[in-house]
Amino acid sequence: MDFDGARGSREVVELRLQIENLESRLATLKTQLAVAEKKDILTKSQDDFVAKPSIKPGTEDSHGALDFTNLKRGTLTEASHSRWPLQNEEYTRYGRQMILPEVGLPGQLRLKDARVLIVGVGGLGCPAAAYLAGAGVGTLGLVDGDTVEISNLHRQIAHSTATVGMSKVDSAIKYLSSLNPLVRYERHPEHLAPSSAIDIFSRYDLVLDCTDRPSSRYLISDAAVLTGKPLVSASALKTEGQLVILNNPPRSPRDPAGGPCYRCVFPKPPPAESVLSCGEGGILGPVVGVMGVLQALEAIEILVAGPIVSDASNGTVEAEPARPTLLMFSANSQPQFRSVRLRSRRKDCAACSSAATISRRSLTSGLLDYQTFCGTVAPVDMLPAESRISAAEFSNLPSDSRGVLIDTRDETQYGICALPGSINVPWTGDAKSWAAKASSLEDVARAHGPAHVVCRLGNDSQLAVKAFQEHTERFEAKDIRGGLRAWREQADPEWPDY
Amino acid sequence: MAESTSIPLTIEFTGGLELLFSNQRKHKVDLPSSKQSPNVADLITYLCDNLMKDPRKDMFVLDGTVRPGILVLINDADWELEGQETYQLQPRDEIVFVSTLHGG
Ligand SMILES: [Zn+2]
Repeated sequence: MDFDGARGSREVVELRLQIENLESRLATLKTQLAVAEKKDILTKSQDDFVAKPSIKPGTEDSHGALDFTNLKRGTLTEASHSRWPLQNEEYTRYGRQMILPEVGLPGQLRLKDARVLIVGVGGLGCPAAAYLAGAGVGTLGLVDGDTVEISNLHRQIAHSTATVGMSKVDSAIKYLSSLNPLVRYERHPEHLAPSSAIDIFSRYDLVLDCTDRPSSRYLISDAAVLTGKPLVSASALKTEGQLVILNNPPRSPRDPAGGPCYRCVFPKPPPAESVLSCGEGGILGPVVGVMGVLQALEAIEILVAGPIVSDASNGTVEAEPARPTLLMFSANSQPQFRSVRLRSRRKDCAACSSAATISRRSLTSGLLDYQTFCGTVAPVDMLPAESRISAAEFSNLPSDSRGVLIDTRDETQYGICALPGSINVPWTGDAKSWAAKASSLEDVARAHGPAHVVCRLGNDSQLAVKAFQEHTERFEAKDIRGGLRAWREQADPEWPDY
Repeated sequence: MAESTSIPLTIEFTGGLELLFSNQRKHKVDLPSSKQSPNVADLITYLCDNLMKDPRKDMFVLDGTVRPGILVLINDADWELEGQETYQLQPRDEIVFVSTLHGG
């Protein structure tokens, strides 16, 4: 009896175990099925989008889109071979985020299946890429044509002293691979060009604009609209940052329910002379870091939320209305964050409206010149040769012929390094009042010989010399050509190169 | 009574625009209102003539409106949602001028 009883209970335990195993396998399959079904809806809507009459059949673009869907399906089949949908290591690696109800297994599978393109691997792109790689985004594409410079390292955390001189894309991939080798990294070590943007964007699900100039922002927005990709865009300068999610939901051009694009918000580019780069205006590392991390967060939220789910009972797709916002961050303001409502799609937008004039063809054929559209600041060259002196010539002048030396950089830069005996009169932009102020200074008024004017790169100093000539009586003023950069090259190699 | 009225407003400049306004972000402005109720276009003219000491007016205003690259926010919403220049200002409205940043 005892023997039989023991055998009986062992059988019960084994049967229970088998049922448990099968049930857990069934649960996994159901989850995978749900994900696969949602994926199918997304794929179909993308196919619809590609099939829109405005897009010429047989171009490389539609070919790219086909490759993209095949790839996605391939990944899913691959995953369903094993007993668990993720590799064992992935449960451990991503467990801390997977146990969040917002992510869960379906969210993690969507991340794994996602293909994200990061354009610009600098102060924004480095932290964004790090967090997306860490989170287990399946494929990360990186676009950047620059090489790593030592002045990047205070904020571009994926690069290192050892990778100075290396392509930013390769430097970042080196860092990211050691962070998470399970991610597939795709190299695009070139500047994004209109001719290739559509082809590249077509191969991804979502795009991050981590670039640093208006021309690339318009190009990225146009390409995102034309390929139907949501766009997470950020920027930063000095102690401030801005974040906006564009073309989300990424409806086809002409569908007003889609999110606005960059051109809807900024139909005209800013005057080139109003645009400051990080090299000119400065940037605090954690400020641009915050913005890049926020881009990663927004990307994860979009990917984990998954595609729009159809209501199976009546077959209609529920349209989630776009609620576009601009998030502004300012390190020195209280509160530091502020979110404001933006407009929806513009009825006459050149990219995303029914009146759109920008097409795949206008990008791929090179008809659109984004540089010209955004303008460039021509180097200042306004003075006759006799009003200029080279840094080498100036350094060879006997000290009694140097006259007075005026430095027009701001107080902060002047405080970093200044030529002995120079007088700091920061350029204000107002020629008349600047000339009045400079000529009223005792050291300037008393000086014998010409006033020499120097600045960082030799632009403001020319404006200042012209101001002297036009608004004061007695001054012979000369510009030190090429500013303190030329001074370093021609006269003093130890001059700080900030 | 009509000639002495003014509308108290909070004006803020960000994204580098504060440099054009004495390097000060927040300004309390009492906008004179000889008309029934001034709109945002009137405010921009007033700011340009009275608050802006920097002579580079075209860094703020171009072709009669704010230059491209500046967002105008009326009480935390894009002014395009509120009628742009024609929005009639109300006492204690908060108007923010944001210059877009491009660095990264
Ligand atoms: Zn648009």
